[in-house]
Amino acid sequence: MNPQMVNLLIDATLETLLMVGVSGLAALFLGVPLGVALIVTDKGGLLQNMAVNRVLGAVINATRSVPFIILMVAIIPLTRLIAGTSIGTAAAIVPLAIAAIPFMARVAETAMREVDRGLITAAKAMGASPMQIIVKVLLPEALPGLISAMVITLVSLIGYSAMAGAIGGGGLGDLGIRYGYQRFLPEVMLIVVVVLIVMVQLIQSVGDWISRRLSHK
Amino acid sequence: MIHIKDLRKTYKTPKGLFEAIKKIDLQIEQGEIFGIIGPSGAGKSTLVQCINLLEKPDSGSITLNGQVLTGLSEIELRAQRRRIGMVFQSFNLLSRRTVFNNVALPLEIAGVNKEEIKSRVDELLNLVGLSHLSDRYPAQISGGQKQRVGIARALACHPDVLLSDEATSALDPETTANILDLLRDINRKTGITIVMITHQMEVVKQICDRVAVLSHGAVVEVGATADVFANPQHDVTRAMVSAATESTLSEDSQEILVGRLKQWVQENPGQDAAIWELHLHDSRVSTGLFSGKAKDLGVSLSLLQAKVEDIKGVAVGKLYVQVQGSAQAILNARQALNNEAGVQIQEVVYESANG
Repeated sequence: MNPQMVNLLIDATLETLLMVGVSGLAALFLGVPLGVALIVTDKGGLLQNMAVNRVLGAVINATRSVPFIILMVAIIPLTRLIAGTSIGTAAAIVPLAIAAIPFMARVAETAMREVDRGLITAAKAMGASPMQIIVKVLLPEALPGLISAMVITLVSLIGYSAMAGAIGGGGLGDLGIRYGYQRFLPEVMLIVVVVLIVMVQLIQSVGDWISRRLSHK
Repeated sequence: MIHIKDLRKTYKTPKGLFEAIKKIDLQIEQGEIFGIIGPSGAGKSTLVQCINLLEKPDSGSITLNGQVLTGLSEIELRAQRRRIGMVFQSFNLLSRRTVFNNVALPLEIAGVNKEEIKSRVDELLNLVGLSHLSDRYPAQISGGQKQRVGIARALACHPDVLLSDEATSALDPETTANILDLLRDINRKTGITIVMITHQMEVVKQICDRVAVLSHGAVVEVGATADVFANPQHDVTRAMVSAATESTLSEDSQEILVGRLKQWVQENPGQDAAIWELHLHDSRVSTGLFSGKAKDLGVSLSLLQAKVEDIKGVAVGKLYVQVQGSAQAILNARQALNNEAGVQIQEVVYESANG
């Protein structure tokens, strides 16, 4: 493989990491709170509010129903507003984040549902406020599950990021399509796939390890 | 101390309304260990949840040391809940906090500073005998130890009342006894009022000063533990006592005994023999009955089978005895026993050489 190709591969890997990393952070900082909101406003929740819960649920479901490739082009005006451009890696981060946030919200919600309700009752009986219960009981007890939720989100994001090429976002998937498929270079396709496999494996193993370390069950 | 007045709670279910609590009035005194016992579905869980207002009653009032809890806002209630420590059947310890940090949780919630938390938690762990396990996680300790952590946690904010919701129901009998001893100790040392909600008669029997029996959402009996169980007035109470003291002489053993007595009567002319079933209620019959008194009356009494529960110094239960002696002596002995308070005699068998 020539040095030019190696450079392309390194650039593409960094682009993928950048897209997945930034949208992953968005998922963490916006998706988890959204998941908390889903849990606490649900029936029997700490701050039960069925109206809010239904609206949040509907918005999340709607976002998750749109195929990513369509979402990407459909929100171009928004992307231009946020990223200043509709083409390139930065522009790809916006739709990725918008897809990742509701995804993370749902998996985080599932993780938090696993927290024993008895713990919430115990905290209430201690005179804890809803905020104290979220911060001191719900989130810490769900942490191992939330780490697993983050892993699932990151792995999905790696998959989505392969479509970023459609708006010139670059990344490994784009490299594979343009060089491996369109220019008939099967070895490039193979290398791209191998790098992606290694990336997913690493995220999964590290995530599992952290999750296990944090769990004391 | 705790005054529950005219409490009612109805749930809406798909099948219609369910009256979990029909009408409950209770007065729990300062410093006592008060038991609330009842079969499942009697409304115990609802009652506990209503005491610290985790569940809002439909009507009625809960007063804690003169402070009416019902009608307080959620924020006011939070402060009041710190005066009620709660212990749970399933322990409800945070799996990702160590023993130390579990006990510290209510103090953190109450906004106590770090140094005070440290000294209070050390003191509490010492009280429940777990200082050596303070760095363990709940998954690394036994059920009994978990409940000790639960008790230490419940006591953290110096509550006025300890509310125990089936705290020993998930534990084996020996551990249950240890936990009950601990609660009794804490009650004596600190004078804290303890409310024990349970379906286990052993629990009430062992530590409760007074008890209320709950059935179908209402209190059917209330009084000193010994009085309630020694002289059960309500069917539910009676069923609980007889479940604990149920005993019958099996037909097989009765047959063997009768055979033996028949032979004995033949070999001892002028002597009769009988088997009696003795029911003890609220009885203070001592073992002296079987040795001293029997001898005085000229009969020999021997115990065949017994299931007797000691409830705060009062014997309740059923026993089978074999009596041997002259016809007159047996009659006298029977009269003497009948005159004992709280004893009822039923003759099972009477054997006489004359037929």
